[in-house]
Amino acid sequence: MEHYINLLVKSIFIENLALSFFIGMCTFLALSKNVKTAVGLGITVIAVQMLVVPVNNIIYDNVLRPNSLIDGVDISFLGFITYIGVIAACVQVLEMVLDRYFPVLYQTLGIFLPLITVNCAIFAGVSFMVQREYDFAESVVYGFGSGTSWAIALILIAAVREKLKYSDVPAGLRGLGITFITAGLMAIAFMSFSGISL
Amino acid sequence: MAQEKLNLKEVLLNPLVSINPIIVQVLGICSALAVTSNMKTAMVMSISVTAVIAFANLTVSSIRNVIPGSVRFIAELTVIASLVIVVDQLLKAFNYQLDKQLSVYVGLIITNCIVMGRSEAFALKYPPLPSLIDGIGNGLGYSIILLSVGTIREIFGSGTWFGLTVLPLAKDGGWYVPNGLLVLPPSGFFLIGLFIWWVRSTKRYAKQVEPAQFVVTRE
Repeated sequence: MEHYINLLVKSIFIENLALSFFIGMCTFLALSKNVKTAVGLGITVIAVQMLVVPVNNIIYDNVLRPNSLIDGVDISFLGFITYIGVIAACVQVLEMVLDRYFPVLYQTLGIFLPLITVNCAIFAGVSFMVQREYDFAESVVYGFGSGTSWAIALILIAAVREKLKYSDVPAGLRGLGITFITAGLMAIAFMSFSGISL
Repeated sequence: MAQEKLNLKEVLLNPLVSINPIIVQVLGICSALAVTSNMKTAMVMSISVTAVIAFANLTVSSIRNVIPGSVRFIAELTVIASLVIVVDQLLKAFNYQLDKQLSVYVGLIITNCIVMGRSEAFALKYPPLPSLIDGIGNGLGYSIILLSVGTIREIFGSGTWFGLTVLPLAKDGGWYVPNGLLVLPPSGFFLIGLFIWWVRSTKRYAKQVEPAQFVVTRE
């Protein structure tokens, strides 16, 4: 149990996807103008991450890993195309399920789902899971943790940006420029977590 | 289908500064921050991304009349993913060390918004040749930012450029005390933020300045 809690804390704070690895930056900067959108997108990312990381883990373990399908055959080079296909398929299925059974949830999260397929955060979660060779239970925990880490960072910067629009920023730095610098400062703040050893 | 005559020179040169993918369109930033602490990784990343955008544009544009609209996303992703696999395998074969250093960022070219954005916005509408040129232009625009950030970070952060000593470090008997902040990944944010400021302060690109959302009045 302790192992999983360690992994969870590590994936949320120490190895924050957005602020330590700078992943999913396009969405991070484009959709963090207000907290409400950020919360919606954050929850969607957590949900999708918890779905696709374990699913890709099963596929990697049973199909792609060297010698798993047929002895002596290594098809791990097909990894990228498989993961992105699985992600696109999972997002599509999730969208249909939400639309059919949870219309209220679909109303709020539906608009974000098409964006999720090409969100680097999802793909990076899967890549890190493969690179670090997590087993199935670990991949569930890691999927939740990495999704949460990205969501937390997104909501935090959205909150900062809501206040930031009342400040007197030099004209050329307004909007995008100051957001970059804010994100940089937040990343430095998050570096303080890297001193924690578990 | 848009049939207006394209000025190929503009297609190539506009993405360099005036519609630069990173600082104007805010696309593909992940790798711009993570791999720029030294020139070697920045250079390899620039070449890989330029190659992938150019060929993805070329391929998507050549098959644009055959892809049904509803599955174009998947079709584009498949093309891009295949190209990235080629790049990754080449890197693994010829420079395994570098591939390890770039870790997941090579794979992340697939979800790099520039690649997807250009096939979606340009390649689906125009013939192969302009698409190829647009891909190269955007790749170069991306590379300019990546290499400038990489240059500043490597020279002032560790006193070297492509591993060659430029500023002799104090600890090796020289005079330069390196700025530790520039080695840390967050400095990429500051540098790109300052680039944006610099570009928008020039007269030519002043129209890119965003309007104030809230007017501050002083007593």
